[in-house]
Amino acid sequence: MIELENVSYNYGGGELLSNVSLNLAPGSFHFLTGPSGAGKTTFLKLCYMELRATAGHVQAFGADVRSMGRDDIARARRRIGVVHQDCQFLDHLPISENIALPLAVSGQSTSAEADNLDDLMQWVGLKRRAHALPAELSGGERQRAALARAVIMSPDVILADEPTGNVDWEMSKRLLSLLVELNRMGKAILIATHDLNLIRTAKSQVNARVLRIKDRHLQLAGADL
Amino acid sequence: MRLFQSVPERFRRTSGSEKSVVPPTGFTAQLTLFSAAAMAFLAVFALALSQASGRLADRWSAELARSATVRINAPKDQIDAQTEAVMKVLKTTVGIAEARVIGKDEQQALLAPWFGPDLPLDALPLPQLIEVIEDETGYDSDGLRQRLAAETPGAVLDDHTRWRKPLVKAADRLRSLGLISIILITLTMGAMIALAANAALAANAQVIRVLRLIGARDAFIVRAFVRRFTLRAVGGALVGTALGMVSVAFLPAASTAGGFLTGLGFRGWNWFLPLTIPLLAGLVAFWATRWAAFRRLRELT
Repeated sequence: MIELENVSYNYGGGELLSNVSLNLAPGSFHFLTGPSGAGKTTFLKLCYMELRATAGHVQAFGADVRSMGRDDIARARRRIGVVHQDCQFLDHLPISENIALPLAVSGQSTSAEADNLDDLMQWVGLKRRAHALPAELSGGERQRAALARAVIMSPDVILADEPTGNVDWEMSKRLLSLLVELNRMGKAILIATHDLNLIRTAKSQVNARVLRIKDRHLQLAGADL
Repeated sequence: MRLFQSVPERFRRTSGSEKSVVPPTGFTAQLTLFSAAAMAFLAVFALALSQASGRLADRWSAELARSATVRINAPKDQIDAQTEAVMKVLKTTVGIAEARVIGKDEQQALLAPWFGPDLPLDALPLPQLIEVIEDETGYDSDGLRQRLAAETPGAVLDDHTRWRKPLVKAADRLRSLGLISIILITLTMGAMIALAANAALAANAQVIRVLRLIGARDAFIVRAFVRRFTLRAVGGALVGTALGMVSVAFLPAASTAGGFLTGLGFRGWNWFLPLTIPLLAGLVAFWATRWAAFRRLRELT
């Protein structure tokens, strides 16, 4: 669904990623690891089209990103759920409205999805915090809310940047099991993390591939985990 | 059927969600409101000015064009005879509908604004005036002048063109100045709203970023801002227009002595004209914000 072919990315001060290729197929489950600053977030940004590759081709749902207009990118993003490292909420709206925001911006009825939203809030354990503003939530609560927002549109691909960075192990396992569940429904998952425990736990539940960014290149990490 | 039902429902829903995605901003909102109100207030006056000068130009050209004056300068004992002779000439001239000797009372009334009511007319060597009204076909003023010169040496025909033309020209110029002012006010308001919208877009860069990331199309984001600024501009312009109209309504009326001039203000159905100002303000705000927002969004991913 998202395909990178010999992609390079250059910030202007040298290449951060070189000749990277990856195919996020339906039902695939990938972890992305690597030291801080190696380019994990940049890699994800290339996937959700916030950055454009300086070389190579990125395809999203069969279309070349280079040839996509702004509206095409907006529509493609509705099929990609992203959990950002810093969550990215609208700080003046209560968390329940933030979670429902993808529905609102794509013109879907939030009232028709009220039950869904309710279930989702319940699942991420934020039902009682629905009317709180993002600033009033703890780091872990914000992370859970970000995941809820990423999946509310039932996207085909879910990209997560350190989704368990701020949550305890119990919550990490719950987040993971939701992602595994979504993966079993055929969705492609890509998680950037350096939480090795999370990767090990996931490997016992799904057939996950672990990728590592090293020296600007993407490598398949093997049994060393 | 479902389609038709869903359209208003859809509009209500999306407009509701767009309304809330941009955080409320007290200060810039008030500045926009104030600017729109001030501009609308000025626009009311510019409109009143161009209306009044338009009326003036029409009136002067219409009233003065059809009338002329014959002035008879003669020694006191000859004046009656000469007046009679002139009247005879006028009555036999083709194209003159009416000729009327202006009496002492009327002359006194005409001079009163300048010399006061107690003017001893008899003591002054005033010329005799005859008002001439032409008919539809009009008369040959050169021919009339020659005949008058032959019959009564003291009679001079003044057909007003000499001073009517510059007056009408001045009034016309005044009307175009009023219209130019309205155009300038409109453009300035557009510029101010575009600046305010730009400031709001910059202040809400994070909101726009988040909306783009979760799949909002530019049109959705633009609508949120356009809606806000259009409503503010219309609201401000309504207040400004109302204040402007009240001020114009309470302007002191021009006195009958200056009846030759015209009151600055609106007459009859022209009172509806300023009501178009809030509408225009809304249109200007709509396009200015739209233009600013789309321009700004192109710089983001």
